[in-house]
Amino acid sequence: MSIESKDVEHVARLARLNLTDEERELFTEQLSAILKYAEKLNELDTDDVEPTTHVLPLSNVMRDDVVEESLSQEKVFRNAPDEEDGQFKVPAVLE
Amino acid sequence: MSTSKYETVIGLEVHVELHTKSKIFCGCSTEFGAPPNSHTCPVCLGHPGVLPVLNRQAVDYAMKAAMALNCEVGDVSKFDRKNYFYPDSPKAYQISQFDKPIGENGYIDIEVDGKTKRIGITRLHLEEDAGKLTHIEGGYASLVDFNRVGTPLVEIVSEPEISSPEEARAYLEKLRAIMQYCDVSDVKMEEGSMRCDANISLRPVGQKELGTRAELKNMNSFRGVLRGLEYEQYRQAEILDDGGEVVQETRRWDEAQGKTFSMRSKEEAHDYRYFPDPDLVTIHIDQAWKDRIRASIPELPDARKARYTEQFGLPGYDAEVITTSKALADLFESSLEYTADAKSVSNWIMGDLLGYLNSNGLELTDVKLTGQGLGEMIGLIEKGTISSKIAKTVFKQMLESGKLPQQIVEEQGLVQISDEGAILAIVNEVIADNPASVEDYKAGKEKAIGFLVGQVMKRSKGKANPGLVNKLLVDVLKG
Repeated sequence: MSIESKDVEHVARLARLNLTDEERELFTEQLSAILKYAEKLNELDTDDVEPTTHVLPLSNVMRDDVVEESLSQEKVFRNAPDEEDGQFKVPAVLE
Repeated sequence: MSTSKYETVIGLEVHVELHTKSKIFCGCSTEFGAPPNSHTCPVCLGHPGVLPVLNRQAVDYAMKAAMALNCEVGDVSKFDRKNYFYPDSPKAYQISQFDKPIGENGYIDIEVDGKTKRIGITRLHLEEDAGKLTHIEGGYASLVDFNRVGTPLVEIVSEPEISSPEEARAYLEKLRAIMQYCDVSDVKMEEGSMRCDANISLRPVGQKELGTRAELKNMNSFRGVLRGLEYEQYRQAEILDDGGEVVQETRRWDEAQGKTFSMRSKEEAHDYRYFPDPDLVTIHIDQAWKDRIRASIPELPDARKARYTEQFGLPGYDAEVITTSKALADLFESSLEYTADAKSVSNWIMGDLLGYLNSNGLELTDVKLTGQGLGEMIGLIEKGTISSKIAKTVFKQMLESGKLPQQIVEEQGLVQISDEGAILAIVNEVIADNPASVEDYKAGKEKAIGFLVGQVMKRSKGKANPGLVNKLLVDVLKG
């Protein structure tokens, strides 16, 4: 599988990244190289192998439905870009 | 335009909030109506380095809901990240389920115009809710409240097997009833604990391929779903009639204007880049777990409906209406511990009770009526202690005060007069005072008796036994 310039553009848009023409060209090359390297794995026969979603030998890690204390308002907004009336204030989102 | 040339195809995506006490991946409260952002913590605010831990109760509820919708529950389930940028999602992804949902391949049966139809359910998956955005007037900024982020939701996706707005409404009502019976959610559309999006397309009758669909959002009530789909059906038929093409897009239902509007900003094809969430390990569901959940599912609406027609001889329509709401069905059954007359109970529930609730915009939990009250009141009518007319007064007072009927009757002296002597005295008074009507009756105008009965009832303050009044009046007039 090879990466084309328009794939890089698409991924960049999804990630909200603005790329210069040079960057787009550079990343097209680099991403292609990475995928090509990973392609080696296709040589293996994985027909009877369950997809691995986690490498840890854990399952069913759960908690009981118990309410715990939330953060104080002061701490909640310590990392907020802006605040108004106890709410996070963000640039207008138009639907 | 005519819709009869076209077949409507609808699929619904319904989100139901599970009523756990705490959020799905952290210990913050899910309580509704708290001050903005007071139920948030580093996990649900998506701070770097935090780890979500799954709420066991949310999984139990989701399994219960899936089983109640006749879904297959697999042995393995897992969580995936659905990536998108929007300020209502602090992590820039929503934890959801992609290829291993909790339930798949279910169905529910709905009834429209007396016909039963089975609607397939593609899947039911567990996910977290997003925050709430408020747009500041003037449009220069938006405010975000993250209290709702992390409230557990199940998304229930139907097959595109719904053929009309009425069927969509029936499907939603049945879904709500099942969730209510299972006690996994408050399922109130008006409060957002049940939300519905719809895919709707039209195709010429007989055509196999589906037409181009529109996705409808923002239908916040059962009536909104019905009206939104009706409007969209009409809009698409007009486009097709004019030889045009329906555009695949997301449209927003505007309740006030009664129209749908294109949400242009969302037309770009979605690319959510789902991938397994590395922070949440796989769920393995063994048989013992499944058995425990299955055993916790109570009798569901369809089973109750069947039992009401068999055990109590209720007409199918009555049984359907009463079982639509668990609270109504529970009231019906508890009334029957105090009276054997199921049809009477049903009549009072479907007539006076639902009438009162609908005209006052109330729910059953807002009134104080008990099964004992309703059952005993019907007993008082049977014994002749009160007339049906007085019972209406008693019933209304039970709704408002919660007092038992015997007490209301005694406190207000509403006991029916069935003493012949007492009624006869009033009958004679009325005959003496209304010679004209008496003449009319004797001249063959049978209707005049109605006026005289009314006068007797009025003088007795509604307490005279109407049957006796009628009989005694005729006796005296003919005698």
